[in-house]
Amino acid sequence: MPKTIVLDKKSVDFLKKITDLSGETITLCDQCGTCSGGCPVVEDMDITPSQLMRMVLIGDQTVMQTKTMWLCATCNTCTVRCPRMLDVSKVAEALRQVTLRQSINKVKIDEISKEDLSELPQIALVAAFRKLTS
Amino acid sequence: MKIPYYPGCTLKSTAKHFENSAIESAKALGIEFVELPKWNCCGVVTPLAEDDIMHHVAPVRNLIRVLEMNKSGAVNDEKRLLTLCSMCFNTLKRSTLRIKEKVDDLDVLNDFMYKEEDYDGSVEVVHFLEILRENGFDEIKKQVKKSLENLKIAPYYGCMLLRPKDIGIDDAERPTIFNDLLTSLSAEPIEWRAKNKCCGSFLTLDNKEIVSRLGYDILTNAQKSGADLIVTSCPLCAFNLDNRQKIIKQKHPEFEEIPVLYFTQLMAIAFDLDKEVMGLDGNYINPVPLLESKGIL
Repeated sequence: MPKTIVLDKKSVDFLKKITDLSGETITLCDQCGTCSGGCPVVEDMDITPSQLMRMVLIGDQTVMQTKTMWLCATCNTCTVRCPRMLDVSKVAEALRQVTLRQSINKVKIDEISKEDLSELPQIALVAAFRKLTS
Repeated sequence: MKIPYYPGCTLKSTAKHFENSAIESAKALGIEFVELPKWNCCGVVTPLAEDDIMHHVAPVRNLIRVLEMNKSGAVNDEKRLLTLCSMCFNTLKRSTLRIKEKVDDLDVLNDFMYKEEDYDGSVEVVHFLEILRENGFDEIKKQVKKSLENLKIAPYYGCMLLRPKDIGIDDAERPTIFNDLLTSLSAEPIEWRAKNKCCGSFLTLDNKEIVSRLGYDILTNAQKSGADLIVTSCPLCAFNLDNRQKIIKQKHPEFEEIPVLYFTQLMAIAFDLDKEVMGLDGNYINPVPLLESKGIL
């Protein structure tokens, strides 16, 4: 049985929100899978980058409960390879921002160990705070 | 050439040996870095949300410093800002592009930084490797006093020098700029698969397992391809590939450690500069035994 996808107002609004935040025309994605094929951390993700794109495209807000957006290190491998010139890293950022703008942090600064604080270079800390905290 | 120079935070701490070796190697080539006065952290990563203009303030404020420096006459390479850290390069350059693509954003930024002189969008951000290419790799050859010809090196480009394409200093998939540099230093660059594979970047804070797995793949790929050591231009890649070998070794006891150097350290070695300039005690995996075994030190 084919699955019926209902684009109700909520799902259309969600797609519009992520499209506006990311600046990417997500509906251009034709699910070729090139982003997932080149992603260095795809095996650690619960949904692949192309699945993430598909879920946003159909306005499926359960994408917010997946961890893929938090594992995107913005390496831009997918960005340079996408045949539709889409930037998945911007879509991942938009999804992260939806959570972070509710003052929900993915990394708790006061839980970082002293060892990490003493050995990590500043760019690791600042980059992680910028991407994973509000 | 006297060029405005942006160090960034990490080059003043864990990557001090990167800065020292770059400044002195550049001097040998007649290139003087003139550090920006009152520079601030660039934010390390570029803001990707369309409405996030706020996080372009930090990079652009540094570009205003360049204009001030030009007026003071301290530099003669006007309108360019030199970077060493790949992440600073990427972040600063992407802000310059954002302003070019969205001119209205510049007005917002200037309004926000009302105490600063208005920024005109004229500064170009460059990486030291681009300056070396522009200066000519033959000029580097002339400075080589110590042959590195027995040294097989894996040039690790990482992400931030190459991607996205509009800021990349070389081809995103088949870069050669490091190879050209290494060849001019008399070393032998190897061809390898993982040269532009991500090291995991800031995931090193909350996902050490992923970063050490990526590191293991990159490092062992370099070794299987015949490399004696790896060079990089990114202090975060350096940390993930060098310091994280501690975790990799715990997980893979058979793993043989491999030194990771900044490309400028290699320049300092080839130019036979002072040991202090080489800063080889700043690397986590000690490269001295390898360099001695090759008769280089």
